[in-house]
Amino acid sequence: MTPITHHIPDPLLAAYAAGSLPRPFALVIAAHVSMCEDCRASLSAHEHIGGAVLEDMTTAPVEADVKAALMAMLDMAEPIEEPPVAKRSGVYPGPVMEALKGRAPKWKKLGMGVKQCILDAGEAGSVRLLHIPPGQAVPDHTHGGLELTLVLQGSFSDETGHFGVGDVEVADQELEHTPVADEGAACICLAATDAPLKFRAFVPRLLQPIFRI
Amino acid sequence: MSNREAKTYTEQTTWMLAVRDARDKTAFAALFDHYAPRIKGLLMRKGCGHGQADEIVQDVMLTIWRKAAMFDPERAQVSAWIYQIARNRHIDVIRKENRPIPEELGEAPDAEPDATQILGMEQESLHLREALSRLKPAQREMIEAAYLGEMSHRELSEKTGLPLGTIKSRIRLGLEKLRHELKGIRQE
Repeated sequence: MTPITHHIPDPLLAAYAAGSLPRPFALVIAAHVSMCEDCRASLSAHEHIGGAVLEDMTTAPVEADVKAALMAMLDMAEPIEEPPVAKRSGVYPGPVMEALKGRAPKWKKLGMGVKQCILDAGEAGSVRLLHIPPGQAVPDHTHGGLELTLVLQGSFSDETGHFGVGDVEVADQELEHTPVADEGAACICLAATDAPLKFRAFVPRLLQPIFRI
Repeated sequence: MSNREAKTYTEQTTWMLAVRDARDKTAFAALFDHYAPRIKGLLMRKGCGHGQADEIVQDVMLTIWRKAAMFDPERAQVSAWIYQIARNRHIDVIRKENRPIPEELGEAPDAEPDATQILGMEQESLHLREALSRLKPAQREMIEAAYLGEMSHRELSEKTGLPLGTIKSRIRLGLEKLRHELKGIRQE
């Protein structure tokens, strides 16, 4: 496996550390961190700033009975030893398996051999798995804002570079790009976008000759 | 590890290790007295009322007791470890959603603690806190707002860089060590 060269930018790691990142993006960050030691260390560094903020926080007194009730619970409290996150399965890291509820993805055909499996869609955006055959372009889609694409299998290339397993492409509305799956294994990506409504145009546009290979 | 070295750990690390290794309730009570009012302060700043904040504080402190075996001072300071537990619990309660979290690297190794690495982590954390305290009040407030979740990732992009380099390399060292030890455990 080639080393990961496209990482999560610091502002996104900081937002994830602070808990302010919408869930679709948080899933991509958690999946990438599961695969990337560099970003695991960076995320932890951000959590250390969070820890410093906590240490210097203005205190608020806790009701006395909270402590008493808690101390009385300790003997009964079962230790948590097993990591609560689902285990990695095949190319899918733990957080993705968690979103898949431990089952294999249920693919829906989008045409031209492209398949998708929506993991989460809501006000804050959506996140899906995309399965793109070798040599095929990622369906043209508009994103009004941020789009994160993490490669889980195979690779793709576009105007900005080459993305292999573990790499993340960070795109905003300014980036006009046409990612094309490279030859070899089919490219499986985890893609999050904060423009859920714009993605609706995705399906009708598949009827047009939009695959610019 | 000699006693002389052990004495130089911060109180917080000493308490947390006593909870982890000896299930020491007195140490846990000390952790509670130190962190519970800070966690509550953080939760109220995030908009929780007194009652709700107290409930979350109790959950967080109970999680600290139950997850103590996962605490690894070679990789994280107590405050950073508690910060992420509090953040996860707050999201669970307020947004009613399961927060995606990275895979754990495996169970905490029970190898001999490396005092040099633990002290190195503490030193880097201290440097970080000092760097934060040297910031101008406006910058300092911005950092607080950012790490209390009051800024979007877009707003964060405009934020000035922080001196994360040295603490990052310390954490990396801890990660590498853990990975090395886990490899040893798996080969046994």
